[in-house]
Amino acid sequence: MKSNQKITGAQALIRALEHEHVDVMFGLPGGCILPAYDPLLESPIRHVLVRHEQGAGHMAEGYAHVTGRPGVAMVTSGPAATNLVTPLCDAYMDSVPMVAITGQVPTSAIGTDAFQECDTVGITRSITKHNELVMSADDLPLAIRQAFHLATTGRPGPVLVDVPKDVLQNQMTWHWPTDDEVLDSLPGYRPNVKGHPKMIKEAARLILAAERPVLYVGGGVLKARAAEVLRELAELTQIPVVTTLMARGAFPDDHPLCLGMPGMHGTATAVTAMQKSDLLIALGARFDDRVTGKVAAFAPEAKIIHVDIDPAEQGKVRTPDVPIVGDCRLVTEELVKAVRALLESGERQADVGPWRSRVSGWREQFPLAYEPSAPGAHLKPQYCLERLRDASPEGTIVVSGVGQHQMWASQYWRFNEPYTWVNSGGLGTMGFSVPAAIGAKVGRPDRTVWAIDGDGCFQMTAQELVTASIERIPVKVGILNNAYLGMVRQWQEMFYGERYSEVHLGHVVPDYVRWAEAMGCVGIRVEAPEEVESAIDKANSINDKPVVVEFRVDADEKVFPMVPAGQSNDDILLPPGQSDRREYLR
Amino acid sequence: MTTVNPFGHAAQHHVLSVLVQNRPGVLARVANLFARRGYNIFSLAVAPTEQDEYSRITIVVDVESAPLEQIVKQLFKLVDVVRIGELDPRHSVERELLMATVRATPEQRGQVVELTNIFEGTIVGVGAEALTVSLDGSPSKIDDFMALLGQYGIVESQRTGRIALPRLDRAARVRAVPGGGSSTTTKKGKAS
Repeated sequence: MKSNQKITGAQALIRALEHEHVDVMFGLPGGCILPAYDPLLESPIRHVLVRHEQGAGHMAEGYAHVTGRPGVAMVTSGPAATNLVTPLCDAYMDSVPMVAITGQVPTSAIGTDAFQECDTVGITRSITKHNELVMSADDLPLAIRQAFHLATTGRPGPVLVDVPKDVLQNQMTWHWPTDDEVLDSLPGYRPNVKGHPKMIKEAARLILAAERPVLYVGGGVLKARAAEVLRELAELTQIPVVTTLMARGAFPDDHPLCLGMPGMHGTATAVTAMQKSDLLIALGARFDDRVTGKVAAFAPEAKIIHVDIDPAEQGKVRTPDVPIVGDCRLVTEELVKAVRALLESGERQADVGPWRSRVSGWREQFPLAYEPSAPGAHLKPQYCLERLRDASPEGTIVVSGVGQHQMWASQYWRFNEPYTWVNSGGLGTMGFSVPAAIGAKVGRPDRTVWAIDGDGCFQMTAQELVTASIERIPVKVGILNNAYLGMVRQWQEMFYGERYSEVHLGHVVPDYVRWAEAMGCVGIRVEAPEEVESAIDKANSINDKPVVVEFRVDADEKVFPMVPAGQSNDDILLPPGQSDRREYLR
Repeated sequence: MTTVNPFGHAAQHHVLSVLVQNRPGVLARVANLFARRGYNIFSLAVAPTEQDEYSRITIVVDVESAPLEQIVKQLFKLVDVVRIGELDPRHSVERELLMATVRATPEQRGQVVELTNIFEGTIVGVGAEALTVSLDGSPSKIDDFMALLGQYGIVESQRTGRIALPRLDRAARVRAVPGGGSSTTTKKGKAS
């Protein structure tokens, strides 16, 4: 390729994406982005045409979650850009690497309230890691390189590049910036990846001295691809592990050291182990309010080692005794070395045996539990999930929406492999699962992908199953249909004296089976326990089109355990039948 | 320096000197961050530095030190922010410019001119019933001057917001902001 060859900005944009090894993007064309869609016809990049731009954003997220590569969404200006706001915010909250390209009105029309104009950069400023309005075609390659660099390094996140129509149409001279040019263009961006050696040594000492330590593992461990070394650290020190909602799968649920999920709907064991701990080793976790409960009462006796690549997370909620700014994988590797070195130099680890047996006692006394349904009564959602879990192939990727079904899925699935659990944790975006599952299936076509959804969530983004049908992306969707906005209903039952306000969605409309069929999917309805297994087997056997299975489940079922919002984790509400054993939680 | 903020309690003033890339939207990013996290900007001054590609923003905030640490760390996350220093008022030179139009009848004119001369200010406009004066100096000097002008009646006034640099004596230093690891004061090293 001659370096002085003139091409259009649009050609440069597509070429830049190819240079960034983009193999697929999710989008929907429109007026201002039109020029970029023309060279796409000649590009090897696969484009998935969505039915709503929000779908494009969540698909990019789902793709990024399971592959570790940045998801790419491309949409036009104005309403398309505003439709991308929710996925951008979602990706920002959950640190998902994502690059969004939006069309913009021509530079001469910016600021005139032109047709489909909006201040995209202004609107998305506080929900992106960075964003940029590109004012010249010559600047496009650098802007794209910067976007991918920023999205994937340091604490990952979404980056938006806003491109006016004339910038796409104008001629430019192609130049692909070097690494040094990218770094020089970002003098204010130098993420600290290597932890401070002194702090790491101090952390190793605390780890060996602790009698009741807990590894508090967050989504950063997955982002840093640190699952393997985490396991090494846990096994070396025999320290129990809790995996937050964003970190499910980072440590195998079947491992004897795994205590499951902490937090508002975490296991009683995980919640209590943190409360009673004398040392929390927080790896890529951010002390979210859904984990800590009332902050002042959270893990009162614990010292804190906090490893995070984002310095702003250190001390944001809880002041750490040992803050370590760095990449979770690199720091954990150094921690393992430091612990080994101390042991080899003759230092002894405190006896964690009594702590392990205390924790095991809780695990025996307080398993996840629900009351099985009486004959002829509605299905229990937990039962459906257990059957689905047991009947699905190993390595199945589970993608959930937000609400009760999300909590049950996180609780009842056994995650034994990283990157098999995708959900919207920080923002709590209802409607996330269908498009995110499609993105996940595009990224991992070799895996079975189950979207586990609620009826409320499904109705927000279901139309993307049309995309899945036409693009031949055979995802499977299990709707736990309880005819309610279930989590809201649970709160109204428990905290508003059973005064149900605007939460009933109804069993009659929509007809999910016919809706699924209208979108080109196979639709299956399940109402009785004996139908569950055959429906799941049938769904798992279909691999040429999407499948929707509607499980009609008990609306009265609630998620337990539960720490009511703002209360202390000590006041955890146990499942029916376990409350009388409360005193064992000491 | 302690002042009373609009909520009625005394708060500590902190002066942040923020070096940013001189690019469109940088000020909006910084201002947005303060608004989004619920912090109040007391005064703000921004202009290009001796290097065209950088601007310096001097921000005066009135917060306790714990939230200040968090706001500094959040500011650092802005890609366009290159360096942040917290200037200790005891070890820095602070200046502000005031322009004020003061009511002054012909009989009072001499008093206002004399007052302005005492403060080493300048008369920049003369009208039949008013004078426009300007004064640059430390913020406290300007506070004093404004208080004295008040007895004549200030018709209109504008302060620039303060700008500050570290003092060049032995104590001169930009204090590193506590708690952020090695990356807090200056971003350095290669990106991964």
